[in-house]
Amino acid sequence: MTNTQVTERLESAAQAERKTFLPAVNIYETQDRIVLMADMPGVDEKSVDITLENDVLTVHGRGADQAPEGYALAYAEYLPGDYRRSFTLAEGQINRDGIEAVMKNGVLKVILPKAESQKTKRIAVRVE
Amino acid sequence: MFLTNLDQRLWDPMEAIRRIRDEMDRLGDDRAAPAVNLWTKEDEALLTAEIPGVDPQDLDIAVEGNTVTLKGVRKWDEPKEEDTVHRVETFNGEFSRTVDLPFRVKQDGVQARYVRGVLNVSLPRAEEDRPKKIQVKSA
Repeated sequence: MTNTQVTERLESAAQAERKTFLPAVNIYETQDRIVLMADMPGVDEKSVDITLENDVLTVHGRGADQAPEGYALAYAEYLPGDYRRSFTLAEGQINRDGIEAVMKNGVLKVILPKAESQKTKRIAVRVE
Repeated sequence: MFLTNLDQRLWDPMEAIRRIRDEMDRLGDDRAAPAVNLWTKEDEALLTAEIPGVDPQDLDIAVEGNTVTLKGVRKWDEPKEEDTVHRVETFNGEFSRTVDLPFRVKQDGVQARYVRGVLNVSLPRAEEDRPKKIQVKSA
């Protein structure tokens, strides 16, 4: 086996070992939007992918490749990996063009504005 | 000693509750106590902890001897009263975590950074704790 083949094998083994975790989420709903917050510690905001397809919202973030240089791992409670989770939304519930996302302190916050038709409408009662 | 403890438990229900709670803290609620990894190299350790959603000002790190204690509080007060909360999976509130290191720490050399929800604490080994090299003199 050549050196390149060895490297490739090692790389694919490393890829296979890389785990994908379900991030813990908090979800709440206001009158005009749904807010989803997902814990993704170590994830760079540039690696985050948010897709809405057929009313399925998927969030994905690539975790940090931890292994500080010069150190050896002495004790571990968490593993490096990525985060992915999908949510099914009610059909046509979200105004797709208005989706916003921010990342702060390792928490992804996705703001999903409700479609006009889904907003709670106040119905005025006319007095006759 | 055992009986004394037992007496206290019988007579002080609050103490009993506190004990049970301490016990559970030790067993560890996965969400309450942050997960930590410990990295070491010669004369230095690096403690990393996943603590997302915390304001760095609400993090408190204390080092004593060979023990590091991480304390903090995660606040989540976003939803207003009129909002509907669908799901809360994160632990919100105070947490505390103690980690024992294989050596004593040089207190004034400790550095901490909180980046993307991960706390990194670098912990240099105390001078007096470092192994001494002893020169062998020829007679």
